[in-house]
Amino acid sequence: MFVSILRQGDFLIASIHAALDDAELMRFQQEMIDQIGLYRAHGIIIDIAALDVLDSFASSSLLTLARIAKLRGAETVIVGIQPEVAFAIVKLGMSLDVHTALDLEEGFACLERLTSGRRTGESTLGSLPERER
Amino acid sequence: MTTKDDDMKDDHRLLPELVAHLREHRSELRTEWAGRIESTRLLQAMTPQEIGSETTSVYDNYVEVLATGSVDALQRYARDLSERIIPRGVETHEVVGIVLLLRDVLARSLFLKYHDDFTVLNRVLDAYEPAANRIANTVAVSFVEERERVIRQQQDAIRELSTPVLQVRERLLILPIIGVLDSQRAAQLTDQLLRGIRTNRAKVVVIDITGVPEIDTAVANHLVETVDASRLMGASVIITGLSPEIAQTLVTIGVDLSKMNTIGDLQGGIEEAERQLGFRVIRSDAG
Repeated sequence: MFVSILRQGDFLIASIHAALDDAELMRFQQEMIDQIGLYRAHGIIIDIAALDVLDSFASSSLLTLARIAKLRGAETVIVGIQPEVAFAIVKLGMSLDVHTALDLEEGFACLERLTSGRRTGESTLGSLPERER
Repeated sequence: MTTKDDDMKDDHRLLPELVAHLREHRSELRTEWAGRIESTRLLQAMTPQEIGSETTSVYDNYVEVLATGSVDALQRYARDLSERIIPRGVETHEVVGIVLLLRDVLARSLFLKYHDDFTVLNRVLDAYEPAANRIANTVAVSFVEERERVIRQQQDAIRELSTPVLQVRERLLILPIIGVLDSQRAAQLTDQLLRGIRTNRAKVVVIDITGVPEIDTAVANHLVETVDASRLMGASVIITGLSPEIAQTLVTIGVDLSKMNTIGDLQGGIEEAERQLGFRVIRSDAG
């Protein structure tokens, strides 16, 4: 499978290297959900910078994954959305109603903010000012 | 039957006769025409010398069309002339006006020549008028076409002006939009903004539309989509400078702007963006 799942502290980082077919997407979803429980992750980052197309099934399964992760106690941030992908998602009316960030670094900062109340460990990254009001 | 044949022969002879007449009296008719142009205060943007040389060319082309019946050369000349005089601010009514003046001057001279024989005069005018009208038409159309070409060229030039995406602070971009936003330009804007967000790693973008005179539903929805797409790339968008008219239009046509962060003017927008990014601008003591 063209996905690597890495662990970094309380967070899981899933990096998608190439376009996944539907079966691979389902497998990826399952593996992520399992690993959230296994590592007691508080947040997951999904990096899709390598994708220049995102079809509706892929975006809806990412959304589903985010919802399931939330129920399992982990926040999800999707990072590395390409300009073309971003506009296509909006243009096709697909709702990608999850937290998004520019890249991995921003994704970490976003997760730090989202999970700051629940985590006890000191943050190694500087906390960014509150953006959402 | 014989009379009709004679008439036909006559008509055939008439046009060359007419052309010969106009060639013979070329200088006096041209001078009278130039005088009329001056007295009606047309072509004020041009000097008398220029009017002199242009009227000579127009006159010769005019007679040429009467002689050959082909407007091709005139059309070329009219285009060329329009190209030269449009930048000088010559108006459509002036161009049409001078051609109609020439038509009248020539018609008068024909009246004078044939006023003894009304039937011949009638036939001369029958031959002259359609040709003269065709000439006036050709010149006017060429002029307008040339003008439209210039306008199209300018539109293309405006479209090619890129919409600047400027970084004012670290991770803060501004996009000043000046002029009419059509759908083509809006698409270009989205493209440049999303790329700008990526290359500058922007977190906040201020889109200033103070310079946009009006907005329609399609463009407004496109703006909303752009804001959504920017959010997916991790940047929040602040829209500033909505004029009272645009604000009214947007509310009236029912574009959902609830997800958009709008602030009155560019200054307010930049201040809000700085606040979001954690910048604080402090006036130095010297200031």
